[in-house]
Amino acid sequence: MAHDHHGDDMTAPPSDMALRVQALESLLVEKGLVDPRALDVIVDRYENRVGPRNGAHVVARAWTDPAYLERLRADATAAIAELDYTGRQGEHMVVVENDAKVHNLVVCTLCSCYPWPVLGLPPAWYKSSPYRSRAVIDPRGVLAEFGTELNDDVEVKVWDSTSEVRFLVLPERPAGTEGWTEEQLIPLVSRNSMIGVEKARPASEASA
Amino acid sequence: MTTSSASDLPPLDALPDLPRDADGPVFREPWEATAFAITLELHAAGHFSWDEWATTLSITIMAAQDAGDPDLGDTYYQHWLAALEKLVTDKSLTTPDALSLRADDWVRAYRSTPHGQPVELKTG
Repeated sequence: MAHDHHGDDMTAPPSDMALRVQALESLLVEKGLVDPRALDVIVDRYENRVGPRNGAHVVARAWTDPAYLERLRADATAAIAELDYTGRQGEHMVVVENDAKVHNLVVCTLCSCYPWPVLGLPPAWYKSSPYRSRAVIDPRGVLAEFGTELNDDVEVKVWDSTSEVRFLVLPERPAGTEGWTEEQLIPLVSRNSMIGVEKARPASEASA
Repeated sequence: MTTSSASDLPPLDALPDLPRDADGPVFREPWEATAFAITLELHAAGHFSWDEWATTLSITIMAAQDAGDPDLGDTYYQHWLAALEKLVTDKSLTTPDALSLRADDWVRAYRSTPHGQPVELKTG
């Protein structure tokens, strides 16, 4: 059924349901019956409804619970499952940590390799060919377009998902949030910060 | 910047047991949201009325229940997609054969694309 992994390096097709939707969408787009940009607008409206708050929960827990952070480092798939966020397809999750010296950035091609149980729907730009190629060739340029400036001594690591491994960036905990609870921290963890194109929101942007 | 006003949505209440919470529809997987979006777009473009859609969906769900679907919510969008495929072929927007062939094309496109490269459809 879904997601048969081949021994070669080719891309595994998504589930039968996802394929049928893709077939329908591409046929209707070709005939001009639906506008792909209009579909993106609708899907974007609901992107927060599939789940980046799941990932934010994982990150906020890791910021506030050192024992959880250790478990997340040791086996992210199991630690994420502790919070009841599990994929159907058994993909292996790996958490990559940002700190003062390292900034991590995640790329892949299509939603078949996006960690949707924790990040929800992939944004349209994430699936675009330009992002995919430029994130590898010029990651600092891509980060700058997202308004993310890094010091020269910060190393940028780019992680390309494989068919078995999905990456989740653990952003740096914003300054000035000492003593904050998990619930207070969750709103600071944007989807983009978990892909690595932005940092977590500063404490000043916490919603009242 | 997320202006998610429900006002420009069709009457979702007309749909049987749509998975939702206080803020609106919820989805388990990305393809569900895409199927939802395609339906809204086709309806907005006038290809079918919302009543037609609600009726087709209801009939599909009832048929699945009759066939023994436990209907716990996790299969909801499978029924949604089956109903959408039925309605678009009933309306001659496409055909069952075209859908089936296109899905096969996508499988071939995935399997012939090295991992890490964008999967693009090459139609003959």
